[in-house]
Amino acid sequence: MTEQKLRDGAFDIVGMHREEQEQLSSKPVSFWKEVLYRFKQNKLAVCGLIVLIIIALMAIIVPEVSQYKYSDQLGVYNQPPSAEHWFGTDDLGRDIFVRIWAGARISLFIGITAALIDVIIGVIWGSIAGLAGGRTDNIMMRIADVLTAVPYLLVVIILIVVMEPGLVPMIIALCITGWVNMARIVRGEVMSIKNQEYVLAARTLGAGTAHLIRKHLIPNALGAILVTMTLTVPAAIFTEAFLSYLGLGVPAPRASWGTMASEGNKALMSYPWRLFFPAFFISLTIFAFNAVGDGLRDALDPKLRK
Amino acid sequence: MLQKKILEVNGLKQYFGSASNPIKAVDDISFYVYEGETLGLVGESGSGKSTTGRSIIRLYDVTGGDIHFKGQNIAAIKSRKDLKHFNKEMQMIFQDPYASLNPRMTASEIITEGFDIHGMYKNKKERAEKVAELLEAVGLNRMHASRYAHEFSGGQRQRIGIARALSLDPSFIIADEPISALDVSIQAQVVNLLKQIQRERNLTYLFIAHDLSMVKYISDRIAVMYRGKIVEIGPADDIYNTPRHPYTKSLLSAVPQPDPLSERTRTRIPYVHEETDGDMIAHEVSTDHYVFATSEQLARWQL
Amino acid sequence: MKPKLLQVKDLHVHFKTYAGIVQAVRGVSFELYEGETLAIVGESGSGKSVTSNALMKLIPQPPGIYAGGEILFNGRDIIPLSDKEMAKIRGNDIAMIFQDPMTSLNPTMKIGKQITEVILQHKAASRSDAKERAMELLNLVGIPFPEKRYKQYPHELSGGMRQRIVIAIALAANPKLLIADEPTTALDVTIQAQILELMKDIQKRSNTSIIFITHDLGVVANVADRVAVMYAGQIVEYGTVNEIFYNPKHPYTWGLLGSMPDLSNSSDELLRTIPGSPPNLIHPPVGDAFAPRNEFAMAIDYEAEPPMFQVSPTHFAKTWLLHPDAPKIDVPQVVQQRIDRYVKEGEA
Repeated sequence: MTEQKLRDGAFDIVGMHREEQEQLSSKPVSFWKEVLYRFKQNKLAVCGLIVLIIIALMAIIVPEVSQYKYSDQLGVYNQPPSAEHWFGTDDLGRDIFVRIWAGARISLFIGITAALIDVIIGVIWGSIAGLAGGRTDNIMMRIADVLTAVPYLLVVIILIVVMEPGLVPMIIALCITGWVNMARIVRGEVMSIKNQEYVLAARTLGAGTAHLIRKHLIPNALGAILVTMTLTVPAAIFTEAFLSYLGLGVPAPRASWGTMASEGNKALMSYPWRLFFPAFFISLTIFAFNAVGDGLRDALDPKLRK
Repeated sequence: MLQKKILEVNGLKQYFGSASNPIKAVDDISFYVYEGETLGLVGESGSGKSTTGRSIIRLYDVTGGDIHFKGQNIAAIKSRKDLKHFNKEMQMIFQDPYASLNPRMTASEIITEGFDIHGMYKNKKERAEKVAELLEAVGLNRMHASRYAHEFSGGQRQRIGIARALSLDPSFIIADEPISALDVSIQAQVVNLLKQIQRERNLTYLFIAHDLSMVKYISDRIAVMYRGKIVEIGPADDIYNTPRHPYTKSLLSAVPQPDPLSERTRTRIPYVHEETDGDMIAHEVSTDHYVFATSEQLARWQL
Repeated sequence: MKPKLLQVKDLHVHFKTYAGIVQAVRGVSFELYEGETLAIVGESGSGKSVTSNALMKLIPQPPGIYAGGEILFNGRDIIPLSDKEMAKIRGNDIAMIFQDPMTSLNPTMKIGKQITEVILQHKAASRSDAKERAMELLNLVGIPFPEKRYKQYPHELSGGMRQRIVIAIALAANPKLLIADEPTTALDVTIQAQILELMKDIQKRSNTSIIFITHDLGVVANVADRVAVMYAGQIVEYGTVNEIFYNPKHPYTWGLLGSMPDLSNSSDELLRTIPGSPPNLIHPPVGDAFAPRNEFAMAIDYEAEPPMFQVSPTHFAKTWLLHPDAPKIDVPQVVQQRIDRYVKEGEA
């Protein structure tokens, strides 16, 4: 190999190439771009996201444009799925297709509300506890412990005694107990981030608490917050369906997947589609959210980062 | 030679945990740093060397003792405004080039963080120019300003950390093991860079490390810490060539050299710590070279 | 010559990442004889840890890919082996010690149990025999009061003691090959010295072969019989420890030796450094990967990859400077002076 003919001047010393010494990979990659890339690699999570987008769009569009209203009694009872009524009709002659998407509105509404409560109460509570540490942290987290010890169902039942069943008592109950998990996670994140060297560096530069929260704590805890949120949403949707199934949820004639499943259950032997469609969409939505949450967690996992 | 003391630490104590049973991370140490010099602070993990650095820069509230910096007792500063003024004077370089840069920020955002905090260089163009200047001062390309921290190699990241420390134009820098997480060739780059900017900007360093050969090279004087106390302090050559404290001797004997012939014959001197009841004081054994011991110990170690 | 235990031929390992395929190991070949220590030295990203993990087949797939080459252990290629067959080799024939002892120990299990488990897993023995062997191992790795330690949990021990336990576990099945990946990097210098002494002592007694991965040239000089210097996924210089330290041929090795300060360095002069950073292995440079950082780079370095030139029967270097037509370049003065002093002191 060394015998090959080499051109003249091949062995002239030309020295270093300084411009190549400090080269970086050709394209700038922000953290979130990389997360997106890894998320896209996860087929199941992408499918989940597409399913969620479709469900959300249908929930927005269908009840508006359909020729039926969710409460219209059309006089055709317990029809099987057909070209006229895609998912059939129920025992009061209401179109199940429209009712499913009206119900999706309620499910998504309760899911999004739960997520908002998580962010507003849970994140703030957790960051204050984590940042303050010491005695403040202790008191705040013990309060949170006490709140988790109160079952959500019990709170809803007590509230229904004093008010109408429906979304309001559910949301109040969520405000009381729903955010504790988020608060714990955020506190843990904040505790670990605040001891990172880059936070110490900011402190030696003279940074105050507001600066630390805005520049360091929130951007770095955002991943964990997002993941927790995507897992809170399906839990809330399921709880709503469950409470409605028990008759503690939205009252008639409003459609909720839980109420529909409860009614469909009674007619299971003769008109199985009445149970099938609400049950299918409850499962599909929860599954899709969990898939997205898992995908997001894997995409954010710093251990896989190079 | 410059002999003006820029920093004087007297009886510094930094305890953690409960008041009844504290962990004495730093236990009554005193030393001073001359303006423009580099004082190396060496010790093994748990010796309290990093805690000392962090106490001086006020990342912790000190348990006891005075820290006089440019004549002011900074251990006693309470108000945020006075502390902010002090922050401009003293800066820190951290050990871990991965943990010391926020992964969600670009190089420019990291370097300008101090400007935001102190409301400096509000003009966009002026600020970009300052960032470019700092990047170039640490041997990086001005085009790198918009890159995220995780895109850089360890050595490049450490240089961004140095640029951040320089951004407020401090006069004193605490370098907390700034090279121990870096590769050999990169260590040399960073050490050269630190020396060069020290000369250009007339900086004083407190250089904390466990690598004795690098400390010997960069420091004018060396302090050796063991279990929260400074056991020996003196000019770098004296510590290296005529160590007095058995712990210093043990530490020196343990450093492997890039020389296979001598490595085959090198013997490690083990150190056994002795608890004493006598009065421990700092004995000056030669000019500026102090050993912390009882008189009886010192006489024995003479041999 | 001693019998060959391990032979690596033209090993290539790639990783698939967002930015592209990283060619972490690009054609590495070396051999290891029984009872010797080979140090693989290089900077982070040089491929030294990937190489050692590949020997244990610990590269996760994906994103890792064994893109070519052979790893012959006792003459048998282990790359095509199934996980089950590999599990038999791991621990029994090849054991590994990592940098952080805490991550290789189970924090919820007593030390004694962790050692006996490994013994029982690899060899049919009674519990009492296993315990006896475990105590023997604890004694071997120099743990004081083994009876007491046997019943303790990892967090009750210091870092140095933990690394001794990790070594004891690695030795439990009498492996023929011990791979140590920066085993002393996380330890204090005095503890490092003790662990190095221990490893040399064990090798003397049991004739184990050791592959020692490190970036610390002082440690290399202390433990190695032979040295492979890696840069950008390739071995650039390979020889006995004396050849590498006293007669280095590759400009990268010169750079490494020159960037370490020692007693002779006056604090007033700057250290000799290798400027810049290692190349990006997604798009490895054409020609000699070290050329952009090499003050002695020649035109050909930017055009063609140099072959391994033979310096002596045991010493090889991958640099065009060894080509007969290349200009004669001396070892940089600082490095040469230091070598001369070391050799003189060594003879005295």
